[in-house]
Amino acid sequence: MAETRKGVSAKFIKMEKRYRTIFLTAVLLLTGLYFFPLWSIELGAPQFPEGLGFRIWLDKITGFNENDLNSINGLNHYIGMQAIQPDSIPELKYMPYIVGAMIFLGLISFLINKKPVYLSWLILMTIVLIAGLVDFYIWEYNYGHNLNPMAAIKIPGTSFQPPLIGSKQILNMRAVSLPDIGGILVFVSTIMIIYTLIKSRKQKNA
Amino acid sequence: MKKVDLKKILAAFGVVAFLSVLWIGCPGSDLTQGDAAEKTYVAPGKYDEFYLFTSGGFSGQVGVYGIPSGRHFKTISVFAQNPETGYGYSEETKGMLETSFGFVPWDDAHHPKLSQTDGIPDGRWLFINGNNTPRIARLDLKTFETAEIIEIPNAGGNHASPFLTENTEYVVASTRFSLPIPQKDVAISTYKENFKGSISFVKVDPESGEMNIAFQILVPGFDYDLAHAGKGPSHGWAFFTCYNTEQANTMLEVNASQKDKDLIAAVNWKMAEKYIAEGKGKAMEANYYHNVYDESEQTAKSKKLNSVKVLDPKDCPGLIYYIPTPKSPHGVDVDPSGEYIVAGGKLAAVIPVHSFSKMIKAIDSKNFDGDAAGIPILKYDAVLAGEVQNAGLGPLHTEFDGEGYAYTSAFVSSEIVKWKIGTWEVVDRIPTYYSIGHLNIPGGDSRKPWGKYVIALNKITKDRYLPTGPELTQSAQLFDISGEKMQLILDFPTVGEPHYAQSIPADILMKNSAKIYRLDDNKSPYATKSEKQARVERKGSEVHVYMTTIRTHFAPDNIEGVKVGDKVYFHVTNLEQDWDIPHGFAVKGLNSSELLIMPGQTKTVVWTPKFEGVFPFYCTDFCSALHQEMQGYIRVSAANSSTPISYNIQK
Repeated sequence: MAETRKGVSAKFIKMEKRYRTIFLTAVLLLTGLYFFPLWSIELGAPQFPEGLGFRIWLDKITGFNENDLNSINGLNHYIGMQAIQPDSIPELKYMPYIVGAMIFLGLISFLINKKPVYLSWLILMTIVLIAGLVDFYIWEYNYGHNLNPMAAIKIPGTSFQPPLIGSKQILNMRAVSLPDIGGILVFVSTIMIIYTLIKSRKQKNA
Repeated sequence: MKKVDLKKILAAFGVVAFLSVLWIGCPGSDLTQGDAAEKTYVAPGKYDEFYLFTSGGFSGQVGVYGIPSGRHFKTISVFAQNPETGYGYSEETKGMLETSFGFVPWDDAHHPKLSQTDGIPDGRWLFINGNNTPRIARLDLKTFETAEIIEIPNAGGNHASPFLTENTEYVVASTRFSLPIPQKDVAISTYKENFKGSISFVKVDPESGEMNIAFQILVPGFDYDLAHAGKGPSHGWAFFTCYNTEQANTMLEVNASQKDKDLIAAVNWKMAEKYIAEGKGKAMEANYYHNVYDESEQTAKSKKLNSVKVLDPKDCPGLIYYIPTPKSPHGVDVDPSGEYIVAGGKLAAVIPVHSFSKMIKAIDSKNFDGDAAGIPILKYDAVLAGEVQNAGLGPLHTEFDGEGYAYTSAFVSSEIVKWKIGTWEVVDRIPTYYSIGHLNIPGGDSRKPWGKYVIALNKITKDRYLPTGPELTQSAQLFDISGEKMQLILDFPTVGEPHYAQSIPADILMKNSAKIYRLDDNKSPYATKSEKQARVERKGSEVHVYMTTIRTHFAPDNIEGVKVGDKVYFHVTNLEQDWDIPHGFAVKGLNSSELLIMPGQTKTVVWTPKFEGVFPFYCTDFCSALHQEMQGYIRVSAANSSTPISYNIQK
């Protein structure tokens, strides 16, 4: 079928097998999000030699140790922060479906195997990622700013918002916020897909 | 106890006393050597290599220390009330101290003993005897709390206890003071005719650790002093020293020190099991209590029992043999191989070492030297493996380093004597300050000693520390035994009178040590699992306050409607689940003690208000930055008032 008319256009529009394989691998990497946490926020203070912090998964929030969420909520009540209650965070309900849909669309793109489809998928994925980070930032902002006016400790002008990424000293706590394995998988997956699209563009030019 | 006896004996040893005075006079005469500080220094934030459990003696408790630093970590409440934690005061723990004599809030705790598997301490439980009102306690080494106390009937002075068999099949108990068994009103002078001893074997459940008295053996009315079970080849036997084979009932100091030889009772407990299986055990009426702390319900459950199975050696040939042993033996210690049985003849000039294999041969060839109340006495020479000469004066106890050496404490000459098993030669000796009683080597009475250190548990302190008036702390000393010569490296004070001690590598216990009690596992009927459930209920003249604590408030913190003469039960649940965040609870005029409530725990204290007014309650354990704010009020109205019960809960 190589020299048919269709074949000529296919040479333009289809992805070479090895890039296609990388694309598929990258999409499948996203299934790791169901097994690994996306993000982790660690709170460091001398009184917590055993570590204190939590991990954000697609569908849940878990403490580093069994009772960390309780402990963090307990500490936060001094400054009037709302308690972190995983049950009342809607993102944890729909994120598994969004990721599922992206994996599904990724597989469809793989089967259709047309470069514009791959590109559309990447654009959609980028929008989801940015939306996710913005949503996360807003959540952190509200969490750090929406304080109970009756709180015992009030420090005018201070925000208790944890960093989106990186570290920040919040009173006696050093908060370190970093992508966890799941977050790294998303990052790696996205890089791989961008790579395949750039490479296969060169393929067209060649 | 022996402190008193032996101090008097000390007077008899004029020369030795003089030497002691010399030592006391110049405590600096054997100062530690240069590297001692390095050997005992545990840097801030670093951990000790071993846990040391010391008996609290007349404090009735158990002390937990680190070795080699000698730092004190905890006092575990066992046989005595402890107002620091509310143990024995709180409704949940009072039951632990129930006995057939009623509530006995004190005892004399002597010998801690770690549970063993294959003759090696396994770090599951620690057993300890109560000497005065005979009891055995089991401590759980996950929580470092007392889990169970069983009373021993037909006993007076449970001293030879709770030594245990190599897989913790049994812990033993006995009677240091023989008694009329069963008790009756007789003239004390009829001792020889009416008084008997008892040796008890208390079965330990291999899973739960729960104890029950499997059987008691009625034995002649001597003073049963100390014990150790056999191990390896001698597994299946247990050895008990007896003094006062003279059967004196007055001035034992003199009258029980007349014979050249007293006895060690060798008990074949495997054979006892066989006799029990054959139905030779007779049920005997006996009143005693068995108190178990139910960890899930967080409450002591006391059960009154009324019968024990008793074996009479007359009906059970081969059950017991007596081994003659010089001069009122005290300690009886079995070496790691299980072959040698070392006796501390406290008035003897030598340390006799008996051979288990020779004992079996002597039994098989009936090499007897008469009998005591029908129990065969073996010939001394037929059983003896050797005698350690020049082993110090007043030898009491022996521990082993696993390298072929034994270490014997000598009370009168105030020293530790190191000698070689097999050649019986003394190879080293070192003074202790002053008058050592027991000694302990990590695993030193097990099949596999960890060695490295010996800890001297001294009876006299005098000038070792800054003086604190007539009553001084107790004096323990740490010696490095890793070299050929013993080296004193540390003095450290201990609480109560430590008799025996046990030590175990820290890593065996550390990994299992609980951090909190899980709130989800709290099945106390009085638990309040969330602030929403906090409440106050009146039941006649009882008021039950179901209260929670969390940083940094009580719920409820304002209570009204209590009347003078009510019995107010504060059931306080600590909702914290964070490591090391206990809360305390105390209310003005409490007639018992505060409560110290660990995360996830529920404890109850009863308060009986006597006057009208408003009374504060508060948290006694500094829990957070707002600890001082953790307080509340309870209003007490006149007995005939109509103030309704009311309380507040924050949303």
